[in-house]
Amino acid sequence: MNTATTKNPIEGHYERGPSVIADSDVTTVECQKIYYRQVNEAVRAAFGAGAKSVRLVGVNGQRYIGTGIKGKDLRIEVHGTPGQDLAMLMDGPTLEVFGNAQDGVGNTMNAGTVIIHGNAGDVLGYGMRGGRVFIKGDVGYRVGIHMKAYEDLRPIMICGGKARDFFGEYMAGGLLVLLGMESALDGPLVGGYLGTGMHGGEIYLRGEVEPWQVGKECGIFAATDEEMAALRPLLAEYCEAVGFDLEAVLAKGFTRLVPISHRPYGKLYTYL
Amino acid sequence: MPMSLIQPAFRVHIDYDKCHKCGRCVQQCGWSVYTFNGRPFPDDSRCRACHRCVTYCPAHCISIQKNELALRENPNWMPGLRQNIWRQAESGGVMLTGMGNDKPYLSIFDHLVLDACQVTNPSIDPLREPMELRTYLGCKPDRVEVEPNGRGGFRVRPGTGLEKNVRLDTPIMFSPMSYGSVSLNVHKSLAMAAERCGILMNTGEGGLHADLYPYQDNVIVQVASGRFGVNPEYLNRGVAIEIKVGQGAKPGIGGHLPGEKINREVSVTRMIPQGTDAISPAPHHDIYSIEDLKQLIYSLKEASGYKPVGVKIATVHNVAAIASGIVRAGADYVYLDGFKGGTGAAPSIIRDHIGIPIEIAIAAVDTRLRAEGIRNRASIVAAGSIRSSADLAKAIALGADAVAIGSATLMALGCHLCQGCHTGNCSWGLTTQKPELTRRVDPEWGAERLTNLVHAWSHELQEILGALGVNAVESLRGSRERLRAVGLDAQTCEILDVKPAGR
Repeated sequence: MNTATTKNPIEGHYERGPSVIADSDVTTVECQKIYYRQVNEAVRAAFGAGAKSVRLVGVNGQRYIGTGIKGKDLRIEVHGTPGQDLAMLMDGPTLEVFGNAQDGVGNTMNAGTVIIHGNAGDVLGYGMRGGRVFIKGDVGYRVGIHMKAYEDLRPIMICGGKARDFFGEYMAGGLLVLLGMESALDGPLVGGYLGTGMHGGEIYLRGEVEPWQVGKECGIFAATDEEMAALRPLLAEYCEAVGFDLEAVLAKGFTRLVPISHRPYGKLYTYL
Repeated sequence: MPMSLIQPAFRVHIDYDKCHKCGRCVQQCGWSVYTFNGRPFPDDSRCRACHRCVTYCPAHCISIQKNELALRENPNWMPGLRQNIWRQAESGGVMLTGMGNDKPYLSIFDHLVLDACQVTNPSIDPLREPMELRTYLGCKPDRVEVEPNGRGGFRVRPGTGLEKNVRLDTPIMFSPMSYGSVSLNVHKSLAMAAERCGILMNTGEGGLHADLYPYQDNVIVQVASGRFGVNPEYLNRGVAIEIKVGQGAKPGIGGHLPGEKINREVSVTRMIPQGTDAISPAPHHDIYSIEDLKQLIYSLKEASGYKPVGVKIATVHNVAAIASGIVRAGADYVYLDGFKGGTGAAPSIIRDHIGIPIEIAIAAVDTRLRAEGIRNRASIVAAGSIRSSADLAKAIALGADAVAIGSATLMALGCHLCQGCHTGNCSWGLTTQKPELTRRVDPEWGAERLTNLVHAWSHELQEILGALGVNAVESLRGSRERLRAVGLDAQTCEILDVKPAGR
């Protein structure tokens, strides 16, 4: 370790520029033991210098990877385990994680695609307004919370495993899909308080849910053939990205949840 | 059965001898009080005493009086409490209201007095001598580092000064009021006035309308739990970013902007569909701890090129410890919103009964941050019923760097404090999205009135500073020795760290 160029060790990381290798338009950044600020500065610098693709190797908990990065044709590859708020406020790039992700993936994300070849944590896609998040494995609590759609922006999140409580809480728009294909979690496909406070968007679940699991703001329906036909191209894209068999995914019936009202609390108040 | 047990709060009296029968009152009233049949007929039950009709009546023939119905005296069951029970027995609803706490709590500001110079040290006349009001919000360095400037003098060493601070030409800001809760013309008035006064307006949680982009250097952009209108471009437009955790009028609860207020323009600015409720959850679901707050502060800094990030909280019991955590989490300013702060809509039971006074909160937070040696790391902004330049001066003497004003700005634009913001029918065109009402505020007129107000308070603050014998607001900041308490109990004095008058 070169102590001459490091300062202020923070939680096992050093505030030191990472080693960066630019090879045609792919830039590789070695992230082991580098503090997140220097990692993200290196990512921004690489794109600023014209790279189209940045490969981060040895990622070990660095936060905010892809956060605030703008640009449609950019690509970020993450090898290892990224930290919290991955792709927060991201606006366009494709970000692929070869490993698990933590909490806050796609927080207030605007556009782009996130693909996670593993599990992810809690509060995924909070306030997400556009773009896609494809997660192969299980997800935690409050996933898809307050996702919202606006005109041609329609956020889509597809999770391949199981989910915990408050899936799709306060959902205001977009599409949230839970498949239960592969899971390390015991228990049902999804926990309780599903779609609580939901007032927009739609949730598809592969399989069935009990009414007690579902928030009182949601209607529970079996997905129709028409709805499944509309969903199919998206699922095909997802299966292609994470390596599931589309026919196996479609072999089981889907449940569709939609809000009963766009004004769930319209009758709550009396005016003084 | 009677339709309702609740009798009108006001009586609208028209002197028909003077009345021109012009119908202007009918047209001006947003509450549909009047019908016209040869002459205007008022329905008292709809009147909120906002005085729009009174102001615009060419004959000055309208008067609004209290409807003084005698009820048997019972100080325990005040008439308002009886009415609320009737109202809730009729509707089963949560009582919703607007503006700030209207209960007769003690005003600590009104029990604090300022000092002045007499004989032994001279006062200063601000009309003829320099009087500095400029204030910088943000993290101040632990020490000043200087280097030779090459011309025989010295300069602040680059990177050790106030680069990441936001400049205010006077220690007043406009408090966050979202586009949606107030009209676009109000937002424009605030933005134009902020630019002219060299201060800041704040978007609130409603996004930044494109018409305000020219004023973006005088705008704080807010990020709240609903994330309305928040994207990287929004974050990059403001001079600072504010994370709204809480609001003085409704600590611990979220917001519901009703679907009928989400018209086309509000929809575009918030980036949500028209006609659906805009629901801000009570908590930020990515903040459950100080560590999580730090995560959000730094994510916003990462996304915005390391702009200053402030955190707004409602003043609650443990405000000092909370503020300490916020400063340690990396906030550049802490915005304290006292329990008398205003709102576009809040349950009255929350507004009137939760939180602590701003005066206490400023003192407690300033004391705590000083004791911990971190006061320089963040500025303190105080809000929640700053009613005059006296409140402003006292807030600064207690330890605030600047104050934020909201209710006062609305009053400058015509508000008569009728507390009907939540209805969306504001006759003054402020807290409404109805085009026939919002056009009543001309942004140029509004900006001029707001600029006048800020300038007047600034002049008064200069006079106060001159009387105190100091020539910069910096010298008053946290100088509680220049305050005395009149009629406050010993324990309150101790918490405020203010001596009683005479000591």
